[in-house]
Amino acid sequence: MTEECLRVGCAAGFSGDRTDAARPVVDALIKAGGPGYLLFETLAERTLALAQLARRENPDLGFEPLLPELLRPVLADCLKHGIRIVSNFGAANPEGAARCIARLATELGLRTPRVAVVRGDDLSGPLHRTLLQRALVESAEAPSIVESMVCANAYIGAEAIAAALLDGADIVVTGRVADPSLTLGPALAHFGWAHDDWDRIARATMVGHLLECGAQVSGGYYADPGFKEIPDLAHVGFPIAEIDADGNCVITKPAGTGGRIDEHTVKEQLLYEVHDPSAYLTPDVIADLSQAEVREVGPNRVRLSGVRGHPRPGRLKVNVFCEQGWFAEAEISYAGPRAEARARLAGEVLRERLRSLGTVRVDLIGVSSVLGDDAGRWLAAQPHGDARDVRLRVAINHAVKAEAERLPREMTALYTCGPAGGGGVRTGMRQRLSTHSCFVPREAVSTSFAIAG
Amino acid sequence: MSTLTAPLYRLAHGRTGDKGNRSNISVVAWRREFWPVLVEQVTEQRVAKAFAYRHPSRVARYLLPQLHAMNFVLDGVLDGGVNDALNLDSHGKALAFILLDIPISVPLTLIPLLAGTEDRTTYSTETETK
Repeated sequence: MTEECLRVGCAAGFSGDRTDAARPVVDALIKAGGPGYLLFETLAERTLALAQLARRENPDLGFEPLLPELLRPVLADCLKHGIRIVSNFGAANPEGAARCIARLATELGLRTPRVAVVRGDDLSGPLHRTLLQRALVESAEAPSIVESMVCANAYIGAEAIAAALLDGADIVVTGRVADPSLTLGPALAHFGWAHDDWDRIARATMVGHLLECGAQVSGGYYADPGFKEIPDLAHVGFPIAEIDADGNCVITKPAGTGGRIDEHTVKEQLLYEVHDPSAYLTPDVIADLSQAEVREVGPNRVRLSGVRGHPRPGRLKVNVFCEQGWFAEAEISYAGPRAEARARLAGEVLRERLRSLGTVRVDLIGVSSVLGDDAGRWLAAQPHGDARDVRLRVAINHAVKAEAERLPREMTALYTCGPAGGGGVRTGMRQRLSTHSCFVPREAVSTSFAIAG
Repeated sequence: MSTLTAPLYRLAHGRTGDKGNRSNISVVAWRREFWPVLVEQVTEQRVAKAFAYRHPSRVARYLLPQLHAMNFVLDGVLDGGVNDALNLDSHGKALAFILLDIPISVPLTLIPLLAGTEDRTTYSTETETK
């Protein structure tokens, strides 16, 4: 690595990730010296819509609920050592997140950080109605859904993040941006690549892709005893990328943490949620993995190189979310002799009682509960066995809440009306969201940043 | 050539990802020596058959020879995906393990290189002639 290597660590791969992941990453960045950035990626597809619903209930909410817990352990050291933070934890309320960070800094007795809020992803307002309706029609979706949508957000790129960092932001808060842009933004700001330097932009984009799921590159979502052994998975270390001036990188992790980074953990993450590897689309570039190379260069050190880039797409992806009825699920257990037969009978009783509600999914936990399909083809093809500890699970969707509630009631009624020995009923209900993807011209989305406060 | 039959997981590992109603499953060779066997046998047709009960509308395979890896994209296999599916695993996170369980005919010369120890529940020692 040259002296101008840029270090980017990732301390969260989704909303709900560990809040103690950041400390070892920040310690490693401090020890390494030089320019360092810390990412938190906390915004899966649906997380933003759920955040929007939370903001409707309370205008002060709608950003990552764990934000204070994520930042509290490291904010002082990040400010002290010039480790800048970039995160999409703004979700549906980036300004609210910025206020939360300011309050946290005050509480901790720190100087007020310079917090930049990235804007432009939110297309939910009346100004964008016509644009969205046109885009939905082109994607064979009903344009009328904009009347009842929860939110619409464009996947925007790294430009505004880079601009905010060049403006001196300590922390950049975004809503929806493409996940790899959280890494590309710091790289653009640090290296000053031209806007059409597609190869370097693509390389840093794929570095971001390796980082964006946190521990998934360093032994998480990987271990398989006997085949894929991972040391100290309970304390798996989160990744740090050392990015060079060409956008290639070495992926590593903090000393003293669990997990492992090798050729195989990196290859699995490189292809995670990729479709055509020669055309991985982001708002910033089309990345091409055809010639990518993954090579171990030391213990827990893997180099990614050879990624190439093509000009960025002319359109941006937009996700539109709508409320879509109710999801209900309920479970009951059977154990001992003929438990499986009794659980199967209970499932048949519920199918009969709920016949009018559409698809009724039946699983036998302990026999088959995950690999099967909603229509039940898989389970029907499995021979009846003699499993002695079986939990029946039943799930439905319904547009009307009162109808969906029939499932938990019918499951509970099995206590007295079902097969012998049923126990441990648990039920749950939640609102469902539907996702509708469409594309808008890049020029129709104006991105910018503003310093909060 | 004499071969033995072994489950794919002794030659390769993989990971499932999802976007909407589309699943992608990577298959990464444990060793470069396995790559030609994977290319020959882990085909779109084999994978479509393994997931036939989920009625994929399309199965596409992408090869990355320099990584000794391939990527499968399966459309329409998630019952609508995370928003609509009734499955406990609505993302289809477990699906890679269906693919990794398919039987592969392994040339005898490669047997000593297989990953893991013999798994008696799935490892077959029948000899086939090709």
